[in-house]
Order: sequence, then structure tokens, then C-alpha cells
Amino acid sequence: MAIRDRHPQRGSVRARALAVGAAIALMAPLTACGSSDEGGVPTLNLYQFPVEGMQNVIDNCNRAANGRYIIVYQVLPRAADDQRVQMVRRLAAEDDSMDILGLDVTWTQEFASADWIQEWTGEDRTEIENGTLPGPLASAQYEDRLYAAPNNTNVQLLWYRKDLVSEPPKTWDEMIEAALRLKQEGKTYQVLTMGAQYEGLVVLFNNLVASAGGNVVSEDGKTAVMDAGTVRALEVMQRFATAGVTSPSFTNQIEDDVRLAFQNGAGAFQLNWPYVYSALQSDAPQLAPNVTWARYPAIDPNTPSRVTIGGSNMAVSKYSRHSDLSFEAVKCLRNAENQKYLAINAGQPPTIEAVYSDPEMLEAYPMKETILEELKDAAPRPLTPAYQNLSTVVAATLSPPADIDPGQTAAALKKSIQEAIDSKGVLP
Amino acid sequence: MSISSTTPAGAATTDAEKRAGTAPRRRGRTPLSEGKKQERKLGWLLCAPAALVMVAVTAYPILYSFWLSLQRYDLKFPDERQFVGLENYATVLTNSYWWTAFAVTVLITVVSVVVELVLGMGLALIMHRTIVGRGLVRTSALIPYGIVTVVAAFSWRYAWTPGTGYLANLVTPDGAPLTERASALAIIILAEIWKTTPFMALLLMAGLALVPDDLLKAASMDGASWWQRFTKVMLPVMKPAILVALLFRTLDAFRVFDNIYVLTNGANQTSSVSMIAYNNLIKGLNLGIGSTMSVLIFLTVAIIAFIFVKLFGTAAPGSSDDGGRR
Repeated sequence: MAIRDRHPQRGSVRARALAVGAAIALMAPLTACGSSDEGGVPTLNLYQFPVEGMQNVIDNCNRAANGRYIIVYQVLPRAADDQRVQMVRRLAAEDDSMDILGLDVTWTQEFASADWIQEWTGEDRTEIENGTLPGPLASAQYEDRLYAAPNNTNVQLLWYRKDLVSEPPKTWDEMIEAALRLKQEGKTYQVLTMGAQYEGLVVLFNNLVASAGGNVVSEDGKTAVMDAGTVRALEVMQRFATAGVTSPSFTNQIEDDVRLAFQNGAGAFQLNWPYVYSALQSDAPQLAPNVTWARYPAIDPNTPSRVTIGGSNMAVSKYSRHSDLSFEAVKCLRNAENQKYLAINAGQPPTIEAVYSDPEMLEAYPMKETILEELKDAAPRPLTPAYQNLSTVVAATLSPPADIDPGQTAAALKKSIQEAIDSKGVLP
Repeated sequence: MSISSTTPAGAATTDAEKRAGTAPRRRGRTPLSEGKKQERKLGWLLCAPAALVMVAVTAYPILYSFWLSLQRYDLKFPDERQFVGLENYATVLTNSYWWTAFAVTVLITVVSVVVELVLGMGLALIMHRTIVGRGLVRTSALIPYGIVTVVAAFSWRYAWTPGTGYLANLVTPDGAPLTERASALAIIILAEIWKTTPFMALLLMAGLALVPDDLLKAASMDGASWWQRFTKVMLPVMKPAILVALLFRTLDAFRVFDNIYVLTNGANQTSSVSMIAYNNLIKGLNLGIGSTMSVLIFLTVAIIAFIFVKLFGTAAPGSSDDGGRR
């Protein structure tokens, strides 16, 4: 303004230039995004996190499609949060260039509730449901309808050093005592698991709650419940964190920190996903023969543990321009053959039960029996669209686990979880 | 633009007032001549496209955010969208996460801006006085400002990560400074200062250029020491430039986001208000609560700007008798 005041001639030139500039700026996006559906073979964009060997699976399906469609792999970032943010931003803007979405199991209900993904019906639904393990299948359902096809699953196991521990502990109490005994004897004793303030801590909490027979959220996912099982889980968690058996950096560790610490020989026990197995073989071959696995420890000696299901589902975007072909492509991408390929090459546990009995699986997946056992009686994380919020507040409330006061923490959790479900609370 | 609008040279001020007819003088004016009217009309016409674009890109989003902030609107539950009045404001303003983030933001703003002012002034004096290799000195001083914040933040993060980082190994051999609140905040502030001190220096240098050499020479003839010349001559003349620099940096610092996002991602209570708004809006998909936070941030920024502009009003040299006061 001041410039214009002092130099009227120059000012009006500037204003004109600005106006022209603004006009160009406004026009540019219009010309830039024309229609992109080239004639000929429809392109299906698969938005998924990076998976080793995924391109081979896609190539298989493209060959099988015989020119009816071409799947193009749009690789999302590695971090789960970044994947989700990128997808929700596009979906909120009704982006029709997304066809198939690779969803973490905890996002399926959210995307379904937001009306961003399409329901599986009729024969397609039957085909997906047949032979799929019930735990992973439940993670793809919302309000009794199927919204995604379970692609791979995951459960944590107890990994332990058989040179230090003769018999795997059945319960958390046994494990803590075994670790304390080792500590007294001056041997390697630590129990390593994820305790940082993030989703991993929520998974630990969920494992304990389910094993204690408790629930965090009612079955319809609409009410926070804090029953006796939850309080019991909080007690165990607090005892574990304060018994002197954890790593000093327990409250700062995520999956890979735990894996590395165990590989370096810092722990006698490790509670972690099966991917640690192949890493152990290649990165610590001298330690590998001493490491074996068992079912995740229980809370009550007479009730087996129930553990959280991880993994991913595949869904078809509501804004896809090629819905029918996308459903077809998903059926190919997650079929038994391709699941087996990814299990062996990328270490992803399959969701189709029959794949586990395939002879080729034995070598790549020696712990498949234990995984299958846990999977058959697994605990999904609370199936609510507000899971992301719920997880954020639960992690914040439980961190650090040593400060848990079971009664009080349960009350605080109940309040913040209810607020998260109602989307009334504020996220930290 | 703002710098020129507060140019202290008397001639420019009166010239500007004559042409534009600033508010206080308007009442006593004689009616405009036909030519003047035409000129003004043309002026408005030429401004109109720019003004319309400004309205479209600023006023509309602000009003839309305000409208969203009055609703319960969560993308996860599209069917439950409803008007709730000021309920979201009550929720946010009674929430401890919000106030923690607010306090963190204020701390970062105040500390970083104060340190930047002092360092920026020193840097401006050096750049102003350099005789040899002036271009080189100025260019190298401006390099941090030219680096993309996210890129710079990543280098800070790696530098402070135990194991990989030279700073972490040097300063705290057995700690993880980014995982503790106090040290993490200190690192965020450090990254902010490193990044924007050159910007501050640039604005202050523009102010330094306004200090007439004759004035300084006269002062030194009268026996003023260097410090006296700095505080009694330079600072008062530079005051408008200093305030502009402070205003720009305060507003900028209050919206701090990228450094925190990369360095700690808000862990250990290091979220700023922008971070927490992002978490609720983009990650939480809660348009109601998130927009409420955005509106509150906007209001805070507007209040800061208002206070500074009020300061300007009395700060223009020659406009009042406090021009000589520091």
C-alpha cells in the first residue's frame, strides 16, 4: 500500500501484474488436472505400504487378468501414521484415482464408518470368508458387514533363550519369577518388549486385558467398559514394569529396539512379532540356535493367553472408477498362492488357514503351529471407528507403565476412552 | 511493504499522507476534484482483482473454519454431524493437553524471539559494517534461512540421536536428549534460532540502513561512547524496523510446526498448538475440534498482531515525543 502511495505509476503496473499473476494462478490447476482415464486397459491403483516381493504378486495378477486390468503399485510411506494420513486426505477429497487400499487392521472400521470403502457382498463376500481365519476376518467387518479382504495377519510370540531357560513360562508371574531368578544368579535376565508411548504399548495392554478375560470397549464398540479383567491387566502391567526385570529403556522401546537388544544378547525373553525370527537367523547366527519360541504368556495358569491381531486388509475405495475390477483384483492379490509367496518372501503370516499346512511353509515358518494356535483364539483390538483416537489416549494414559495405579488408571482410561469414542475429547 | 509504510523520513510520511488521505486528516478535506475521483476509481478497479483473490484465499477459509468449529463434525461419523454452538470451545479451553501445548508454544516463542533479536542485531551490525567481502559475508549469514526447515530439522534430529549424532555423543554421551522434555524443548528452540536469526538480521539491517551517518558522527563529536551511540541514536531510529522484525518473528514462532514435527513429533509434552491442531484435524479427522483450535490460534495471532500494531502507533519517530526514549 505504502509503495503505491508513493509511486502511483509503478504501483498500478504492479497491481496489474498482480492481477494477471493471480488469474494465471487460478487457471493453472484447471488445466493441470484433466481427465486421465486413457482408453484401453483400465489402470487400478493399489495404495499400499512397502512389502517385499509385492511387485511379483502384482505381476502375477496382471498376467492372470489377461488384459482386463493393470494393477499399479503406489507405494505408501513406511510409517503407519503417514500411510493413514495420506489415504484419509485423499479420500476426504474424494480422489477417484485410488482403487485398492492396503489398510492396517485397525483402520478398517474407521474407513467403513466414514463411508470411504465399499462393502463386500454376494459371492465375493463368500469367497473371502471361506477358509479365512476368524480373528483376521473379524478385523475386516463393521456392523456385521464385510468391508475388506484380510490380506495378512500377525501375532506376537514369546521368544526365549533355551540356554538360560529350560521350560518356557506359562504365565506373566512365572516369567517375572524366572527372570528374577536369573538376575540373582547373575545371568542375562531381561524381559524385552515394547513400552514406548505408542501403539505398541496399547497392543501390550490389549494382550493383557484379553488374557485376563476383560474388555476395554463393549461389543458394539460404542461404550467404554472397565471390568475386573482390565484392572487385573493393569496390575500385571504395573508389576512387570516395576519388578526390575525390564530393560532400563523399556519406556522408550519400539519393535526394532527390542529386536536389536535381544539380538545383542541383552535379554532372556522377548515378546515380539514373528519377523524377529528371520532377522535373528541372518543378523545373529551364533545366537540363533539358542533361541526358541512359545505361546505368549497367560495371566491365569489355567486360561491360555489371548493376543492382539496385527496385519492388513485390502479394501476397495468408494471413489474408484473401476469397482468391479478392483474387487476382482483384490481376490487375486490375496489368494492362497500369493499369500504363501508373501509369507515365505516377506514373512507375512497368511490369513487363509490352509496355507499354513503347505509343506513349503515348514522351512520358512517353523513357528507356524504356535502362530496358528494363537490366531485361532486371538483378541482383536477394540473394533471401533474411533480406534485411532482411542489408541492415542490409551498410550498417553498408560505411559509410563510403572506409574500405573490399577484402580485409578482404570477410571481415567474409562473416561478418556469414552471421550475418544464419542470424538468429543481432545487428542494430545 | 510494512517497512516502507513506516519509513521515518519526514518527507515520505507527509507525502504519503497527502496522496492517500489517511484517516485522521480526512474530515477537514475539501471535496475531491473530478480528476482525483477518476484516479481513485481507477485505483480501486486495479486493486479489485487482487483484493478479491485475497478475500477468496484468506477470508473464506477463516469463515469456513469458524463455521466448522461450531459443529460436531468428525469424518469418521459423517451421520452425526450437527450444530453444537460453542461446545467445542468449552471442550478445548478446559482441556489440559491444549493448555500444555499453549504454554510450550509461548515458551518457544518468547525464548526464541528474544535470543534471535539479540543475535540478529549482532549479525546485522556485522553485515552492515563489513567492508571486505560484503556479499560473501551476507550470503553465508543467510544460508540457514535458505535451507528448507524440514531438511534442517532432520539434520538436527540425527545430530541429537544417540549413536549416529555427533552432538548427542559430544554433549550427553549416555542420554537421549530428544526423549526428555526439557532437553527436547531446548533443542527445538535452538533449531528455531539457528534457522531464523538470519531473517531477523536481514530485517534489522534494513533498519540500520536508515540510521544517518551524520547523526552518528555528530554524536561521537559530542563525546558519545559506542554504547551510547547504539542505545541513544541507532536504536531509537531503528525502532520501527525492530518492531516489524519482532512482529514477523513472533507470529511465525507462534505457529511453529515443522521443527517439532520432525524432532519429537510432540512426544513428551513438546507439542505446540499447531501440532495439536494438526493431530486433531488431520490425524483424528475431527473437523469440529480441530477447527476450533485453528480459530483459537488465529485469534491469538490476531491479538499479538494487534498489540504490536498498537505499539507502532506510538513508535513512529517524529509522531510523538517518545521518539527519543528507548
